[in-house]
Amino acid sequence: MSNSAESATFGSGPHEWTTVFEARNVTRVFEMGEVSVQALRGVDVQLFEGEFVVLLGPSGSGKSTLLNILGGLDVPTSGEVWYRGKEITRFDDAALTRYRRENVGFVFQFYNLIPSLTAAENVALITEIAYDPMDPREALDMVDLADRADHFPAQMSGGEQQRVAVARAVAKRPDVLLCDEPTGALDVGTGTVVLDVIARINRELSTTTAVITHNAVISQMADRILSLSDGHVVGVEMNDAKCPALELKW
Amino acid sequence: MVKPMRQLDRKVVRDLMAAKGQAIAIGLVIACGVATFVMSLSTLESLKISRQLYFDRYQFADVFAHLKRAPSVQMNRIREIPGVAFAEPRIVMNVTLDVPGLNEPAIGMLQSVPDIGRPVMNKIHLRAGRYVEPRRKGEVIASEAFAEAHGFQPNDTLHAVINGRRQELTIVGIALSPEHIFQVRAGDILPDHKRYGVFWMGESELAAAFDMEGAFNDITLKLTRGASEQTVIRQLDVITKPYGGVGAYGRDEQLSARYLADEIRGLRGMGMIAPAIFLGVAAFLLNMVLTRIVANQREQIAALKAFGYTPLQIGIHYFKLVVIISLLGVLLGILIGARMGTALTRMYSEFYRFPVFYFRFDWGIAVLAVGISLCAAIVGTWRAVYAAVILPPAEAMNPEPPADYRPTIIERTGLQLLFSQTSRMILRQLERRPGKALLSVVGISFAVATLILGNFMVDALDYLIEFQFFKSQRHNVMVTLIEPTSASARFELGQLPGVMQSETFRSVSTKMHFGHRSHRVGIMGIPRQRELFRLLDADGHLVNLPEQGLLISDKLAKMLHVQPGDTLTVEVLEGKRPILEIPVVATITDFAGTNVYMSAESLSRFMQEGSFINGAYMTVDGNQLDELYTQLKNMPGVAGVSVKEATLVSFNETIAENQLRMQMFNIIFACVIAFGVIYNTARISFSERSREMATLRVIGFTRREVSMILLGELAVITLAAIPLGMLIGYGFAALTVSAFESELFRIPLVISRNTLGFATLVTILASLFSGLVVQRRVHDLDLIAVLKSSD
Repeated sequence: MSNSAESATFGSGPHEWTTVFEARNVTRVFEMGEVSVQALRGVDVQLFEGEFVVLLGPSGSGKSTLLNILGGLDVPTSGEVWYRGKEITRFDDAALTRYRRENVGFVFQFYNLIPSLTAAENVALITEIAYDPMDPREALDMVDLADRADHFPAQMSGGEQQRVAVARAVAKRPDVLLCDEPTGALDVGTGTVVLDVIARINRELSTTTAVITHNAVISQMADRILSLSDGHVVGVEMNDAKCPALELKW
Repeated sequence: MVKPMRQLDRKVVRDLMAAKGQAIAIGLVIACGVATFVMSLSTLESLKISRQLYFDRYQFADVFAHLKRAPSVQMNRIREIPGVAFAEPRIVMNVTLDVPGLNEPAIGMLQSVPDIGRPVMNKIHLRAGRYVEPRRKGEVIASEAFAEAHGFQPNDTLHAVINGRRQELTIVGIALSPEHIFQVRAGDILPDHKRYGVFWMGESELAAAFDMEGAFNDITLKLTRGASEQTVIRQLDVITKPYGGVGAYGRDEQLSARYLADEIRGLRGMGMIAPAIFLGVAAFLLNMVLTRIVANQREQIAALKAFGYTPLQIGIHYFKLVVIISLLGVLLGILIGARMGTALTRMYSEFYRFPVFYFRFDWGIAVLAVGISLCAAIVGTWRAVYAAVILPPAEAMNPEPPADYRPTIIERTGLQLLFSQTSRMILRQLERRPGKALLSVVGISFAVATLILGNFMVDALDYLIEFQFFKSQRHNVMVTLIEPTSASARFELGQLPGVMQSETFRSVSTKMHFGHRSHRVGIMGIPRQRELFRLLDADGHLVNLPEQGLLISDKLAKMLHVQPGDTLTVEVLEGKRPILEIPVVATITDFAGTNVYMSAESLSRFMQEGSFINGAYMTVDGNQLDELYTQLKNMPGVAGVSVKEATLVSFNETIAENQLRMQMFNIIFACVIAFGVIYNTARISFSERSREMATLRVIGFTRREVSMILLGELAVITLAAIPLGMLIGYGFAALTVSAFESELFRIPLVISRNTLGFATLVTILASLFSGLVVQRRVHDLDLIAVLKSSD
């Protein structure tokens, strides 16, 4: 286990690792009235092309804040974040929107589907504004929901809704897929199905994938595990024996 | 028990602050309703009280009669009619006036007052100067409206042509009379204080001037309590008939009293209709906002219940919010209403002359306004509060179940390919809650309707003026004669300077009967071939005057329940007083009075009198008007001259100006409704969908794209509301027309394209503005928080 992840190439992976994200000394302070909460206290992180990373940490460790900053939803109080040679911390709001639109796929804990749109339409919502999207049906097929394409969110189970959310995230062929507690609202059975879908997409499309969780079991399916605690990266661990998602138990 | 309520009260205040934009919008709508209510009803009360006091204190007569000339001894018979408490004879004459500074001749109505003592009835109220003194030649008291219009003070003079002789009159006093609270010349639509004045003159002087010594031509009666007016009138008519009596009438037909009564009726209508609209809209808005607040606070309500708050406490808690918003609106409305009432009263005092007339703010009406508004608010929000009260705590702890959507009807017909995902979101949102969308549409359509109503009066008056003064009457000068004169006068009138065309008319007083209904009305006999005075139907098409029979006003036909083809019994009240059976050939449209026309030849045949005229319509060369006026001012036999242009100018200076002021109020109020409804709709739509919008922002939609969803929904609702609003506006206008319809005056139901365009434009602007205000919130969406909460 090493404390830093600064080298441009990494370990003995299947191929040469190219840096997708690089965060340097990132801090984030939330001003909550009279108290300030230090969510990130100088984090240095790199994410590499095609890898499946799990950001592991208890509630309040700063993992969501880090993911939000990488995804262009939030900006750090200090430090730099680079995405493929561009410093996104210098982006204005419009540039951040464009960045999210072109490069990032999000999966949220509570799915955040649009209730007034069917599964296919929720996916099409993204493909309409993307540059080189898949067909919405194809994306749904990837999450094994082709037969539910015309169902509305209210007509689907939580696991199904989350798979639609994954399909929505990947339909634009994003460069990175950021998942914030994707199984947080699901039971084990449906949770592992969703994780399996995410892993498959990582594998088949080579999408750099970061999954946030407080559930240590999930880290068994990662290439690499970043542990966060109290605003610091406290550990980086390679996982040489990846466990298939469907075999996970918690 | 007391302490926890205090904390809840703090929550009321904070909830209110959180929704302050909406609270203000709703408060303003309530304020508009209450303001109209307080203004109309307080002014109405002020008018009624002032009228009552004036009539009582100055002994306004109960019955009025005019005749040609009766010897004074007849008064004894009149005083003996059972039910008559007092009877007072007098002499009333119209004369032509030559007023310094006024080119055209004016008309003066001279009324005699006793040489010794004061009149028993219709006492005058001196505003300035003194009473006339017996046997001082040429002394008159002038009516205040006329004196004010010319800036006359006591001791100023003017000239009158009295019985053919030009005579100087000295104004010794300026006064008011309960008979002339609204001073308008019989037959005119609009008051013209510059060209028509009432004067009081000593009886002996007036009698001498008109050879009426020992005689009278006008009579007023005061009845004993409980006497039957109709019976007295019937007996009086029998006595005056041989002396040229044209039929007695009561207060309900007395011109000034009638205008006043019509105005009071109109105010009552306005005081009911407008507040009903505003308070209805406010109740709807409150319901919309409170429903949303309760939905947002499900978990808080559950927690409060879990802690042991009773459903009643929670119900009261939410009602407090409603009551505070309403009370703020009501208070503001009362303040505005009192101010507007003062302004309206000031405006009225230009038209209605009372010795004392001021705005009386009526606390009873204010209390009523509070009561009605609170009722409307509570009824409007009852359902929302009830939803909070019955919410089971355990269930409420869970987030609301996901909304159930379906493809819209349009999509199910296979047109879905035409819609983008975002337009589908808009359409499905609307279709999922059709009731709510419909209510929003109705709310906005009321704004459109109020805007239309605001401008409708101007359209109607424009149309009326165009119709009456240009399409129908194409003359520019009308001359009326004191008495029916042989038709040879026609040539004399035609020879006057500048007269290019002239058409004479004969008017005859009658009483028309049909079945058990009857009505006093004059018949105008006019030539069948005419250029200047045209008769038109409701569509503005020319109606030809038939050789035989009558053309009657739509209004009269309605009053008498007569249709073309029916035969009226016409009791002529002058000349040989024949009683005739004359068929109604067709009806015509007119907006003032109830007019009846027939061909002059046919009328003179019926009257068995040869060819007589009462006046003429003329077109006069504009360059020679001054010469014409000079001649007319000195011409014996001329009772009056009315100049169309002057009437219109005076109209524009008074009524039109006031109308414009009222219109401004209406438009401001309508804008308040438009903004109140649209802003609240947008605001709630935003609140309901902020999670969706934040999600869309996170996954890469720009602010503009997200705003389009919000604005799109608003646009659909607004566009749907406009045509509906036009229909409702038409309905409001029709209601107004019927509220104001009277025998004296009617408003045409005309709405111009400009008015529709203006209402559409303002609604769209209000919608855009509301949309933009709410859209700014899209900028402030918290993208992270929304992903962390389940709803």
